[in-house]
Amino acid sequence: MGAKMFGARVPRLEDPRLLTGRGSYTDDFHLHGMLEAAFVRSPHSHAKIRAIDKSAALAHSGVVAVYTAQDLPTHLRDQTVPFQVPNPAISQPFQQRLLEDREVCFAGEPIALVVAESRYAAEDAATLVEVDYEILPGASDAKEALAEGAPLCHAGSPNNEGAKYTVGYGDLDAAFSGAHLVHREEFWIHRGGGFAIENRAVVAEYDELRDMVTIWSATQSPFLVKQNVVDMLGWESDRVRVIAPDVGGGFGPKTVYYVEEALIPVVAKELGRPVKWIEDRRENFLATNMERDQYWDMEIAVDADGKLRGVRGRMIHDTGAYMPWGIISPYISATTVPGPYVLPAYKLETRVALTNKVAVTPVRGAGRPQAVFAMERLMDRAAEKLGMDRAEIRRRNLIPTEEMPYSLGLIFRDGKPMTYDSGDYPKCQAEALRIGDYDGFRARQEAARAEGRNIGIGIANYVEGTGLGPFEGATVRVQPSGRICVYTGGGDSGQGHWTTLAQVCADKFGVDISEVDVQTGDTGTIASGVGTFASRIAVNAGSSVHLAANEVREKAIKVASHLLEAAEEDLDIEDGRVVVKGTDQSVGLAEIARAVQGMPGFSLPGGVEPGLEATHYFSPSQSSYCNGTAVVEVEVDIETGHVEILNYAMAHDSGTLINPFVVDGQVQGAVAHGVGNSLLEWMHYDDNANPVSATFAEYLLPSAPETPNVDVVHVESPTPINPLGVKGAGEGGTIPSAAAIAAAIEDALSPFEVEISGAPVTPDMIVGKIRAA
Amino acid sequence: MSDRRTVSVTVNGQSYEREVETRLTLADFLRHELLLTGTHVGCEHGVCGACTILLDGITARSCLMLAVQANGHEITTIEGIAPNEDELHPLQQAFQDNHGLQCGFCTPGMLTTLLEFLRDNPDPTEREVREAISGNLCRCTGYQGIVNAALDAAKRLQAQSGD
Amino acid sequence: MKPPPFTYHDPRSIDDAVGLLAEKDNAKILAGGQSLMPMLNMRFVLPDDVIDINLIEELSYIREDGDALVFGGMTRQRDIEFSELVARRCPLMKEAILNVGHRQTRNRGTYGGSLSHLDPSAELPSVSMAQDATVTVRKKGGSREIAMADFPMAYMTPSFDLDEMVTGIRVPLWPEGHGYGFVEFARRHGDFAMASSAVLLDVGAGGRIERASVTVGGVGPSPLRVTAVEDALTGETGSAELFTEIAEKCREIDAMEDVYAPAWYRQHLAAVLTRRALGKAFSRAANGTEMNLR
Repeated sequence: MGAKMFGARVPRLEDPRLLTGRGSYTDDFHLHGMLEAAFVRSPHSHAKIRAIDKSAALAHSGVVAVYTAQDLPTHLRDQTVPFQVPNPAISQPFQQRLLEDREVCFAGEPIALVVAESRYAAEDAATLVEVDYEILPGASDAKEALAEGAPLCHAGSPNNEGAKYTVGYGDLDAAFSGAHLVHREEFWIHRGGGFAIENRAVVAEYDELRDMVTIWSATQSPFLVKQNVVDMLGWESDRVRVIAPDVGGGFGPKTVYYVEEALIPVVAKELGRPVKWIEDRRENFLATNMERDQYWDMEIAVDADGKLRGVRGRMIHDTGAYMPWGIISPYISATTVPGPYVLPAYKLETRVALTNKVAVTPVRGAGRPQAVFAMERLMDRAAEKLGMDRAEIRRRNLIPTEEMPYSLGLIFRDGKPMTYDSGDYPKCQAEALRIGDYDGFRARQEAARAEGRNIGIGIANYVEGTGLGPFEGATVRVQPSGRICVYTGGGDSGQGHWTTLAQVCADKFGVDISEVDVQTGDTGTIASGVGTFASRIAVNAGSSVHLAANEVREKAIKVASHLLEAAEEDLDIEDGRVVVKGTDQSVGLAEIARAVQGMPGFSLPGGVEPGLEATHYFSPSQSSYCNGTAVVEVEVDIETGHVEILNYAMAHDSGTLINPFVVDGQVQGAVAHGVGNSLLEWMHYDDNANPVSATFAEYLLPSAPETPNVDVVHVESPTPINPLGVKGAGEGGTIPSAAAIAAAIEDALSPFEVEISGAPVTPDMIVGKIRAA
Repeated sequence: MSDRRTVSVTVNGQSYEREVETRLTLADFLRHELLLTGTHVGCEHGVCGACTILLDGITARSCLMLAVQANGHEITTIEGIAPNEDELHPLQQAFQDNHGLQCGFCTPGMLTTLLEFLRDNPDPTEREVREAISGNLCRCTGYQGIVNAALDAAKRLQAQSGD
Repeated sequence: MKPPPFTYHDPRSIDDAVGLLAEKDNAKILAGGQSLMPMLNMRFVLPDDVIDINLIEELSYIREDGDALVFGGMTRQRDIEFSELVARRCPLMKEAILNVGHRQTRNRGTYGGSLSHLDPSAELPSVSMAQDATVTVRKKGGSREIAMADFPMAYMTPSFDLDEMVTGIRVPLWPEGHGYGFVEFARRHGDFAMASSAVLLDVGAGGRIERASVTVGGVGPSPLRVTAVEDALTGETGSAELFTEIAEKCREIDAMEDVYAPAWYRQHLAAVLTRRALGKAFSRAANGTEMNLR
């Protein structure tokens, strides 16, 4: 039997290709006769379109076609993007049209599509499309957008409220009236984008002979693309194949279906030539969804011993101009507040504001960093006012492990009552405090202050619902060569699914992972799929691989028992061969696979169905809840306002680990995203919602010198929800980051009594607060 | 009507000659004329570093050069780093062994940047490595795997040259 | 984001380059390309002609010329960074150049390009200002020298004409044993600074400041010499108290304000960074004393 693969820290199978330039990303496809597309996008956040003149563009050398809304097939002219996740709380579910020719509602909204022999020619012609705009005032800030008399995001709508809902449980009045301490505070979290280094990209080809459209898209969710193409364009499902090839990072925004993914196939079919559209970075800043802007007005009630009595408040969520994913992000925010704590009463009223910005859909963390920021800052305030240590107040309120599974009294975004399935929150916090040397910190701080250095420490806890349904599937097939293939529907955008899913599979056959080929993200390889988002692949696809591989293993043993003339219970699988225990008799997987292909005229051995393969679709009964604690130590230069992260400790519980190496990478990367949101990333808009930061020189992503090494310790609380015991790991690092960093900065500045109630925290903000103190 | 020139370059030891528009960037030339798609384009304004190549042995952002400017020069891209089809360069091997990549999109720029850096600084500190790749954005890894890979590669390369 | 159409020229001599500049109405000089190329890709500039000066060998040099260093306009930032001559005779420039962008951009970026682009935060214009450099610009039929003090005309706009190009820079040197300090504050390593301070001190016996040059970058529309600070320092004996007090005058600089930083913060940084740079410079001067004003 080979070394156990599941749980091993093995290097990735993906890497040799990617390290030698042999990856195939969407822009790497060069199809015969391929045309390239460029978009004409609104330069204004809000405007009426009076007229569009495309004649000069059409006459430009190299241009093949220019499409406006009126040039699209009739049934698509007013077609909007399908509304993905409806909810009765949504009163104004505005959705984007393929091309707009009446009213543009965000800067970057597509108006025309130019198709030419090269991208250069297409861009030349795009500048020649003349659009006559009547500029309208824009709704920019979410809070102001909900005020009486604010400019309307969509002309003619009654107001800018897109949705309104309340979640909660318990007796708030009793919680607050009997409290020893009540504290109220407002918080603000700014938006941030995914900013994968690869932008979005679509190539579409229509094969007239087979009447088949193939779409390559840099998407996290090829099956969602296919479903939307089918729904929107009215094409037959079996005439559409969507492939997510190598995808250069996703982080949420590539989950969602975009108009470009409908338009490019439409024009490729119309023109009878393959068409490529590669989003450039400016388009990415304007037209790829972002997240996060929220205002919170919150109140906490605690007893004298620090025990939580209740939390209540209001939140305003900026959803941008359209709501393709409804209220997913703000709803997750609302249900994330209680976190790992015993919270007897909770209530949050949320109002969702329409603003003239690109749509808001989940970005790594998906509504949780904001909620954790609000809750964890409230915990810090309570500790401060009670004169209690910040770690201690948390410890006193953590849900005891013996109370798992723990029911919260809320309904999660998966429609199921929120029940934490497993987790050891006290241990997780204790581990983070240990590796962050929390106990030694006050001495460090004192020593630093003696040298005139201002250092501080911050803690934040979170619980995150991961592994969401509905399902993901996997086919496991042993090829006639004996190599094992695994197919699953979600795309890989760097998560290492080729490796981790191979690890789940390989042990069933006692082989090395190099014997397993995993193919992801191709609707041509498996009948159904969903996508890679909501930290759901290890749970859903991993469990499907486990179940399918078990079935293939059983079948291999059954067939082998006939081939070897031995009883099934005397057989085992080692090194890819079925062996008769205690003998040297065996038969290889290749031979078994060939045996179940059959011989003309003969029955299959043992009456089995043909093919050494199986397909399973795992559908979880509910989300599995991962959790973690971040402990962050920072130094603040009180003169410049510069924040340096000295130490970043993270205890992380995502259940059983398939590959700790890969999970470490997920946590480290997610932390970096959180560091960006905490200190650097700021998307500036003017008062009319026109973007001001549309380059990487203005919107600052963390680079290597600003990003800390993260000390990760894994606490493993297997979930009973799926057969592997795994939970999602892709987002946890991001979620507590802003809360912990803000707390650390505040702690460093405690001599000045500075309060940090928002993120990102910029140097001028810090200096300004110190000077005002 | 478009302004065109003939460009002759050596890329990864192989000579190429193409007639192209003079406004064509070197990145697009490598990717779409020579079909060497290992070099990636992430921002086209010189910040992300994914398009970094070696021009006569020193790094340059290929989105900030015109293809015509490379005429007569030697270029190394990610496709030209490994010694042969079956083996990885020690730097590439260190990337695999230290989880120095996830989606692989920034990787071409990281590798070319670090090749130059480790040649000029064979025994760097972690801080020096971090500053060396400060002009290369990665959204996946948090840089930790990349920095570890670079430090590991330095050791491997030193051991190799010491043989 | 693809460059607009243009006609490309690659002259081999300065004469040919300025000849083209005289002839073409809407031409742009392409030096290192680290600023022009992004602007072309974003179509922020739409030149009919691009004149690439990378093949003009006579534009690339660093030489000692009496009490000055002279540089060609196409001298790359990389060459400055690795020049022993610069490190020895003009250490302020060496210290500053390490803050310019990243390895990849310094490999291509040029001295003349940086001056012509004239970003208010750019290091080389600040150093040139601090060292009282003169810039040689040439057009068809003649050249002229522009003192650095007169070089900026407005925000990112140098005072030479559209048919002129930067061919050389003359950087007068300070005496052996002078103190120097370049300090900047950027959000990320290699970014354009929010503010910077470049200080040169000629320190006599007993720590007496004989001559001071103080330049603040990134605060005003172009690098600014802070004469109020220079005057207040001259003749005084260097000390931590003196530097702390006098650096405060930087708060009076007329500062820019944008979404990235309020004016007061830029003024504040100017004062902080100038104090730090003064401390560094005084510590390094042969007749100075070690102090840490960090």
